[in-house]
Amino acid sequence: MKSCSVRAHWFLALGLVLVVLSGVSCKRQVSTQGFMAEDAAQKVYVAPGKYDEFYAFLSGGFSGQVAVYGLPSGRLLRVVPVFAVNPENGYGFSEETKPLLMTSHGFIPWDDYHHPELSQTNGVPDGRWLFGNSNNTPRIARTDLTTFQTVEILEIPNSGGNHASPFVTPDTRYVVSATRFSVPVPQRDVPIPSYKENFKGTLNFVSVDPDSGRMSLAFQILVPGFDYDLAHCGKGPSYGWCFFTSYNTEQAHTLLEIRASQNDKDFIAAVNWRRAEECLKEGKGQKWPAEYYHNIYDDERHLAVSEVLREVTVLEAGACPGAIYYLPTPKSPHGVDVDPTGEYIVGGGKLATVIPVHSFSKMQKAIAEKKFAGEVQGIPVLAYEATVAGEVEKPCLGPLHTEFDGQGFAYTSCFVSSEVVKWQLGTWQVVDRVPTYYSIGHLMIPGGDSQKPWGKYLLAMNKITKDRYLPTGPELAQSAQLYDISGKKMKLLSDFPTVGEPHYAQALPADLLKNKVAKIYPLEKNHHPEAVKSEKEARVERRGNEVHVYLTAIRSHFTPDNIEGVQVGDTVFFHVTNLEQDWDIPHGFAVFGSENAELLVMPGETKTLKWVPKKVGVYPFYCTDFCSALHQEMQGYVRVSEAGANVPISYGTGK
Amino acid sequence: MSRTTFGPRACFVLAGVLPLVNFFVPLWGIRLYAPQYPEGISMYIWTHRITGQLDLVNGLNHYIGMKPIDPAGIPELRWMPLAVVALSAWALMIALVPTRALALLWVVVYSLLGLLGLVDFYLWEYDYGHNLDPTAPIKIPGMSYQPPLIGSKELLNFTAVSFPHVGGVALMLAGALGICGLCVLWRSREAKPL
Ligand SMILES: [Cu+2]
Repeated sequence: MKSCSVRAHWFLALGLVLVVLSGVSCKRQVSTQGFMAEDAAQKVYVAPGKYDEFYAFLSGGFSGQVAVYGLPSGRLLRVVPVFAVNPENGYGFSEETKPLLMTSHGFIPWDDYHHPELSQTNGVPDGRWLFGNSNNTPRIARTDLTTFQTVEILEIPNSGGNHASPFVTPDTRYVVSATRFSVPVPQRDVPIPSYKENFKGTLNFVSVDPDSGRMSLAFQILVPGFDYDLAHCGKGPSYGWCFFTSYNTEQAHTLLEIRASQNDKDFIAAVNWRRAEECLKEGKGQKWPAEYYHNIYDDERHLAVSEVLREVTVLEAGACPGAIYYLPTPKSPHGVDVDPTGEYIVGGGKLATVIPVHSFSKMQKAIAEKKFAGEVQGIPVLAYEATVAGEVEKPCLGPLHTEFDGQGFAYTSCFVSSEVVKWQLGTWQVVDRVPTYYSIGHLMIPGGDSQKPWGKYLLAMNKITKDRYLPTGPELAQSAQLYDISGKKMKLLSDFPTVGEPHYAQALPADLLKNKVAKIYPLEKNHHPEAVKSEKEARVERRGNEVHVYLTAIRSHFTPDNIEGVQVGDTVFFHVTNLEQDWDIPHGFAVFGSENAELLVMPGETKTLKWVPKKVGVYPFYCTDFCSALHQEMQGYVRVSEAGANVPISYGTGK
Repeated sequence: MSRTTFGPRACFVLAGVLPLVNFFVPLWGIRLYAPQYPEGISMYIWTHRITGQLDLVNGLNHYIGMKPIDPAGIPELRWMPLAVVALSAWALMIALVPTRALALLWVVVYSLLGLLGLVDFYLWEYDYGHNLDPTAPIKIPGMSYQPPLIGSKELLNFTAVSFPHVGGVALMLAGALGICGLCVLWRSREAKPL
């Protein structure tokens, strides 16, 4: 009962009603504890040397990374840097990866990664790419799931915070996104109180090349200046539509806590993107100047390149009748989730007392019969009664986000009452509920937002873990909690701490991915301009004040490992090629006094570290990744002489 | 063709064709297992080349001072395919004109060459396993690293497993067929004694 008292204490400030309701969930918690611990342990136990059933990708929020876990064990397999530099492997520090983090605001070494999204084929995750959004400086990233490397980052212009992003169409034709904060579009110097006149939102359609995965910003739809929160695209009958939640339809610009919580209903924007495509074909779009970066990492050149784009196609919502309708939705909705059949669109009103479910077919009918309740800046608002299929009554407090098991049930996370509620599509009846520890944000069922959920587990992502783990100072870990949803009742199996703050996750069966994973980069395909494919080609070259060291690494030595002729005032570039062609044999490279980072160079890869020695001396360099019995011997020296000294460039190994 | 020579002719046709698979499959396979290589490292010896993770094997062998295995430095890889083609052609000739003497000679030469091949393979293995660089990082007194001809053997942290591959089996089968052909031919009256 300990967590019950904590729970009650917790919500005291939130008022009597909440306490009463949380008392209800306390009772249920006792019944959950009746579930045998040994039984749960058996279900998450993956014997040493055995593989997990699912790969799960959890965003790290402010860590800017995505963490890969095995499910059901919850074992952390890898942390992939996406929007954050990572000294562990030189991501964002090596000359090759620096361009990935370039934006029109300069080099941004961090961001706030909220939503991972797997690419889909025929409405099902296909294990090719993982898209991710950055919330701070609007960007969408693509991580390649053969190498688990971030290979592309596209900046989104005319956006104030890329939160409702990146959600895919069932064929990955588009990755959509929308701005969290409306801003002047294009940006300019205006008084903040002129919000209503000058601030706008954008809904962005990024097209994805089906073969290469390359993204390009196809068009932006200019919409009223609300805050846009989350999105999901239609599937099956609702293919061709995407849905975006909005809050702050009050258009407040200060103290939103109060002022954006006044309207009884905000909107889900239903966007008919095929209609938008027609309008663009008819020339209704406009080319607007914009400056944004498109960064692509090439696996064969081992090099990222940035291009600066200067134009974007903008479609004003009013200029394309039929492209957008507003679905009134109570109240400050967060999630908008489309069920596997594509018929139901579930809103998650943070402050709502019901979970509203819109029907796609009713919406079509309402549009045909013009059942409008009004209009906002040229966008028709449909009548709530005309589109709503049902409401889940008194589900919980603070419903946020819903996923589906493919068996006709929906699972909604409830932030305020810290629980997961299971309810039935069609009857809108709550059939089960379980507590979470605590303040759950998103939840995830493998494939739970796709057309064919695998539906065996449910992962809750929690913001607070008081009393769950050993304390670690004022800051405690955030956590994920795993439930078995294969039976009638949800059962808590385990919880585990996570990297950063997990916002959302995606998962897919290990079998879809594990055999596609690259083991090495083939050396013969290494087209890095500074690669050296054999020790014979290793060398040192001076070009003015630059010294280029073409270094090879193989167990257990560098070539060359003695370098002389560098001077104070030089900029030294170490181009390190790992000659290994053996799985899991990276070599590290670190040089004394480096203000940059180390490198971790994969087999067959080339990476470049920039080093600017400031003082005369002989500087050691060494391998940082324990690679062999003679790893500790994998080292060398650079002699740095004073500027203008007459020490010629010389180098060698074993001389 | 008479009925009595049908058997030997068929044997020699097969004995002529079977060795030719060596141009498509390896003769011999060596696999190395170690704790850090649970998936194993493979090396395949063909009549005309060596394939597999040769660079990896060479990289690991440098710790014990073993010479790098360099296919360009192995002359056998040049003449072995010629020998195979010659023996195949000879067997096919016997199938056309089945004479006892030619068949007997074929069996003798084939067996000798086969034996010679195995001895040669053993000597190469001996050379690689014993002639080690005295400056090698890992030196264990009395230790040599000769892989087994057939079977498995522990070599430090590695288990080396050596076995004939499809091509090797085909060669053995061809030899056996030749011997069968010869036996039948020897007993038949119609065969030309010369
Ligand atoms: Cu190393």
